[in-house]
Amino acid sequence: MGKIEIDELRCKGCGLCTIACPQKLLSLSEKINNLGYTPAEISDPSRCTGCALCAEICPDVAILAFKNKTVAHK
Amino acid sequence: MQQVFKRPVSLKDVQTHFCPGCHHGTIHRLVAEAMDEFGVQQRTIGVASVGCSVFLYGYFDIDVVEAPHGRAPAVATGVKRARPDSFVFTYQGDGDLAAIGTAEIIHAANRGEDITVIFVNNTTYGMTGGQMAPTTLVGQKTSTSPYGRNQAKDGAPIRMAELLTQLEGVAFAARVAVNNPRNLLDAKKQIKRAFRYQVEGKGFSFIEALSACPTNWGMNPIAANERVGGEMADYFKLGVYKDTAEF
Repeated sequence: MGKIEIDELRCKGCGLCTIACPQKLLSLSEKINNLGYTPAEISDPSRCTGCALCAEICPDVAILAFKNKTVAHK
Repeated sequence: MQQVFKRPVSLKDVQTHFCPGCHHGTIHRLVAEAMDEFGVQQRTIGVASVGCSVFLYGYFDIDVVEAPHGRAPAVATGVKRARPDSFVFTYQGDGDLAAIGTAEIIHAANRGEDITVIFVNNTTYGMTGGQMAPTTLVGQKTSTSPYGRNQAKDGAPIRMAELLTQLEGVAFAARVAVNNPRNLLDAKKQIKRAFRYQVEGKGFSFIEALSACPTNWGMNPIAANERVGGEMADYFKLGVYKDTAEF
């Protein structure tokens, strides 16, 4: 089980996280943030494994990732 | 829940000026993570170049010297020799390092200065409007090669990592990319290894990181990201070219 937090104000809507997510949970939303970009959003948070690959590939460090301690391996 | 990804301490919590999909932000973060890992933040002096990487001082929570265009390895040489206890790295683009700064990088590398060079190759002059750089691929259209780079007139793109590998003074040279999770995790490993060379005083280390420039390539971020792993990685082969230390 995992969880991510997307900083919608910092996201520039590049969409790189959408291709990095192994579960294909991320997409760009239709709403527009204060920079004029459409930030990423997660569709089904319960399926997030906390692998943090979306956070790793994000050029703007706009995603923080969390993982359940019981299954964390590092 | 345990936090498995957080912002590195060495990276300031600010918005960057980089375009959406630009890999500079990712490479900045990997460099900051490596500084955190070795605990060198307090004694690091970064040397910034001219180009999109010019605002290094605004993004890293370290001391930074701003070098004239292309001269970062020469400035870094002076910084490291004056303050041998400091950790010194330069962060340069391809218009800076491979064009106007060719003399400085080759001689700093040949002298085997105990510094680390992070070279970001996006095949174009990013900040000034997408002009042709020495690393521009043959056939690539830029604002100064509107019909595509012509090898007969402009020569072939320079492979800096391979070129520097031949110099005796270079201890470590690798080319990495951050376009997908696999390459990114490898890039993280190689940047840390390059930093370790300097932390242990093993000599000159060089990282060439392939980067996307969606704005000047006229592509959306996803297509530009694909170009890095395709056309660019075909010509600029990823890998470790020189690794002289054993650790």
